[in-house]
Amino acid sequence: MSVETEQLQSTLAAPGEKKNGTLLSIQDLHVWYELRRFGFGLAGYVRAVDGVTFDLGSSEAIAVVGESGCGKSSLMKTILGLVTPTKGNIVFDGQTINALGSRAMRSYRSNVGYIQQDPYGALPPFMTVQGILSEPLIINGIKNKAERAERIQKVLEEVKMHPVGDFLPKFPHMLSGGQQQRVVIARSMILEPRMLVADEPVSMLDASVRVEILRLLRGLQEKHHLAVIYITHDLSTVRYFSERIFVMYAGQVIEKAPVEAILRRAAHPYTHALLEATSDPEAANAAKFRDVPPGEPPSLVKPPEGCRFHPRCPHMIKDLCDVERPPEFEPEPRHQVSCWLCR
Amino acid sequence: MTEKKVLLNVQNLVLHFRTTRGAVQAVDGVDFELGYNDAVVVIGESGCGKSSLAKAILRLLPRNVQTYKGSVNIGGSDVMKLNEEEFRQNVRWVKISMVPQAAMNALNPVLRVGDQVAEPSMIHSGLDKKEAMRQAIKMFDLVGVPRDFAPRYAFELSGGMRQRVAIAMALVTTPELIILDEPTSALDVLTQANIFNVLKRIKHELGVSYILITHDISTSSELADRVAVMYAGQIVEVGRAGDFFPAPLHPYSQKLMASVPRLRADVEPDFIVGQPPSLFNPPTGCRFAARCPQRFDRCAEDPPTYDRGGERKVKCWLYA
Amino acid sequence: MKGLLNTFRELRRYPSALLGLLVILVLVGIAIFTVITIPYSEAIRLWQGGAGVWEEYPRLAPPAWFNLFYSKKVPETLFLRSAEGEATREVEVRSPETSIITLTYSFNYHYDEFPQELIVFFKPRYPTTTANPSLSFAAINWRTPDGREVSLGTLNLSPEVAVRFAQDATLVRKLKKFIPEGVVFTDKELQVGVAPEKVLFLDPNQATPTPLKGDYTLTIKVTTFEPGADVEANFVSYGKLYGLAGTDHYRRDLTLPLLWGTPVALSFGLLAAFGTTVATMVLAAISTWYGGVVDQIIQRVTQVNMVLPLLPILIMVGTFYSRSIWLMLGLVILLSIFGSGIMNFRAIFMQVKESAYIEAARSYGASNMRVVFRYLVPRIIPMLIPGLVTGIPAYVFLEAGLAFLGLGDPSLPTWGKVINDAQQMGALYNGQYYWVLEPAILLMITGLGFAMLGFALDRIFNPRLRGM
Repeated sequence: MSVETEQLQSTLAAPGEKKNGTLLSIQDLHVWYELRRFGFGLAGYVRAVDGVTFDLGSSEAIAVVGESGCGKSSLMKTILGLVTPTKGNIVFDGQTINALGSRAMRSYRSNVGYIQQDPYGALPPFMTVQGILSEPLIINGIKNKAERAERIQKVLEEVKMHPVGDFLPKFPHMLSGGQQQRVVIARSMILEPRMLVADEPVSMLDASVRVEILRLLRGLQEKHHLAVIYITHDLSTVRYFSERIFVMYAGQVIEKAPVEAILRRAAHPYTHALLEATSDPEAANAAKFRDVPPGEPPSLVKPPEGCRFHPRCPHMIKDLCDVERPPEFEPEPRHQVSCWLCR
Repeated sequence: MTEKKVLLNVQNLVLHFRTTRGAVQAVDGVDFELGYNDAVVVIGESGCGKSSLAKAILRLLPRNVQTYKGSVNIGGSDVMKLNEEEFRQNVRWVKISMVPQAAMNALNPVLRVGDQVAEPSMIHSGLDKKEAMRQAIKMFDLVGVPRDFAPRYAFELSGGMRQRVAIAMALVTTPELIILDEPTSALDVLTQANIFNVLKRIKHELGVSYILITHDISTSSELADRVAVMYAGQIVEVGRAGDFFPAPLHPYSQKLMASVPRLRADVEPDFIVGQPPSLFNPPTGCRFAARCPQRFDRCAEDPPTYDRGGERKVKCWLYA
Repeated sequence: MKGLLNTFRELRRYPSALLGLLVILVLVGIAIFTVITIPYSEAIRLWQGGAGVWEEYPRLAPPAWFNLFYSKKVPETLFLRSAEGEATREVEVRSPETSIITLTYSFNYHYDEFPQELIVFFKPRYPTTTANPSLSFAAINWRTPDGREVSLGTLNLSPEVAVRFAQDATLVRKLKKFIPEGVVFTDKELQVGVAPEKVLFLDPNQATPTPLKGDYTLTIKVTTFEPGADVEANFVSYGKLYGLAGTDHYRRDLTLPLLWGTPVALSFGLLAAFGTTVATMVLAAISTWYGGVVDQIIQRVTQVNMVLPLLPILIMVGTFYSRSIWLMLGLVILLSIFGSGIMNFRAIFMQVKESAYIEAARSYGASNMRVVFRYLVPRIIPMLIPGLVTGIPAYVFLEAGLAFLGLGDPSLPTWGKVINDAQQMGALYNGQYYWVLEPAILLMITGLGFAMLGFALDRIFNPRLRGM
């Protein structure tokens, strides 16, 4: 199991030492959307991302896990340069990118590939596969037709769509879900990026196809030494595809740890809840009730004081969790938790 | 062998649709049966016809039906013989109700949720408005929606709450069977677990039976006493959950279960090459043969369903 | 291209669409044919009339094929032109300066009614070298089928002279004696004078005046006194019917505006519909994509414009400024762009804007303009096409309506102009129904053709309507 051996390697590395060099550094990122009251007048802010800090190594694959409304989409869009952060910095390869002009942004964007959730919606329905894959090349200045053709050929072979010539003239609706997603992946790879951001890349595919695509992504990551941010709500897929897991809740990252640490020694009650709620297909499930925290994720306009999970937490400590936001504790090397239980 | 009372017995159900490109053979000869207080999960991938199966049982047919035949026996009487009006009065929402796919988006946006849940009991059980509202509030309690949500509109509720309202709507006429079509597909993990808790509690307290239709294999075991696997319009395997999950028999079931990533077990998942056949012109012979690693020459012929005892049935030549 | 073939295959399932397509193709064919056979400048020249262009045509005559429906055969107009060899010509040279040219016109008259008028148009030609040439001398003779002959007068041929027999009082009196016995006229008629066109055709065997059917001959004997002088003459027996479409009050053959109206209507309709739709779509796309101030401005302008009434503005411009059809077309397009079309497209674009593939495009660096034109607009085009096709008749009718109100380009022969003329001359009160019906039917057929095609296209491109 290559994932396990890498896990072992990473736990042996000294704390604080960045493996393979840091490619992306997110520093105290805040993304707040303005809530307008009927056109004029401010009604408040939606604090989609409220203080996120982490580093990503240059061939590291991390998973960002959380439920809807936790801010992972906004985090992702900010990393992709589609949304400007309200506060904080995004540093890519030493360059702060959150305040770049459009020309420099384009150069940054060619370094980041984006794989979306809905394979059919991600492809323009009126363009052929060839057209779709040519677009990023044309936009980024590759004027030579022959060169474009060569790169398209190469990238389609990488995503294992054979024979390439058969697929070029097809329109998206002529492809299966798995094939469509391969085209999306091909498109994200065609500019030879150094980092991939994959937003739930397999959740809209059939069960039997998901693993194929995940394996493909893992193969590409290993071959090209890409950094990958894999965003998902399905915990059972993360062990096949990432080394570290970040758990997000209500706009904040509440736990960061290598995969095995999360799965065996999760510290935050919310992470526990997620693990408890994820089922494996076993007959015994029908007979037991799952222990799930009551309530729902909080509104991001007026989040709870202190620790945002405290209203639902079975281990809430009165006068601490509801008053003060917990800092990051490190119960073991490379395992950070924002929870007062770990103090 | 205890003689279990049978609530629903479906024999050779066929549903074909007519389209401009030919006939879609969505449900092609399905047999299965369901006892009282029994839950069957029908698993399959997209395009295998499982949603059409739900519609076929409840006779919620679109306008372009080409063939619809077979027998659907509920509590002993064949309801296929009833005409549309009798079916509506006596079966739909009286004996069987349904929580359709994306039900939370199917709530009427201009009605308050309390009224919507009360409506079926006014129509089918003949209750007056006050009685119906009382029944609706009872259902809200059962599914875990706070009572003061009743005067709200659908858009004011979160996805999980809306799904619970949809379940309440299916329950309000106290049917014997509820068909759930992908009840949790668009919901988060915690909300999913919550909904399954609700469904389990209802099963204990009210004794209803379920047909749960889903493509989400991971959660399929939450509510399953028995499992039916559907492929290309046919049921290829049936069995008790305790027998099926540890050891599926049909090659497709085996590969399908093997393709699911596990949180707690350390197994490298598998995948199935190729795609399911189109329902327009299903292949002759075993429909899984093209993708089956264990196929042999007999598979060119459509296999019958073999009874392996203990409620286990497999449609595969390997078990002849 | 493949999309086009697919669309056509789908269209085959809708018989109304095929009919509509056929109608449109026929109209386009007519338009092309007309523009080639009667070039624009020629059409304008003919339509403006003036001296000599239409004088040989009857006035307000219904189409000739109406005779099929009449029990009594109404006479059609008869043209006999010597220049086109429709008269036999004999030249007898008497001396170097003098010759006698005899033009003989023979025709068969088989109608049940008398002609409207009889006129002979002379076109004498004199040598250009002479300043004051001696005028040629012409004598006209008439011969009925039953052999009666009478002289119709003599005259000197000044250039371009026309002999209108009805206006020759001497001739009218002389012809009184030519009236056969047994034909009864009232004393009043006899006193006023019976028109030559009646007298010359009287059947002697009928008491009530009826035309005699048979072969008639008109002979013109011209004596020329200049060497090289020549003459051509046209004899016109004005019927009550003419041609394929009849004539109007200026004697203009209506087939001209009916034919020429086709390319005008089609091009106006097509250009207006196309221009409006494309411009609306681009504006809506830009408005939606850029948002902010741009969006606000475009929206406000649209809302103000939607309140302004189109027709009165066009009337004002036409009355105070100019009626050129190109100006009208431009104005129509301009005022239509900022209409409800923008709102509709904007609604659709707002939805499309949120699509995943647009987000992906931004993520790989597509510029705003590129997103608008390469990603937003192509998504909309299938939805545009039915609207465009069904919109064409609206603009065709608008053009006709403008002409009907008197705002049309007066120099241009169009369907609307015909209706306008008819209305001003009180056609419907005078029983000249053909004058109104012909352009109206053409307008209806055009509208119907495009509408049928447009509805079918709408069902193809908007699948949600397919069930209906």
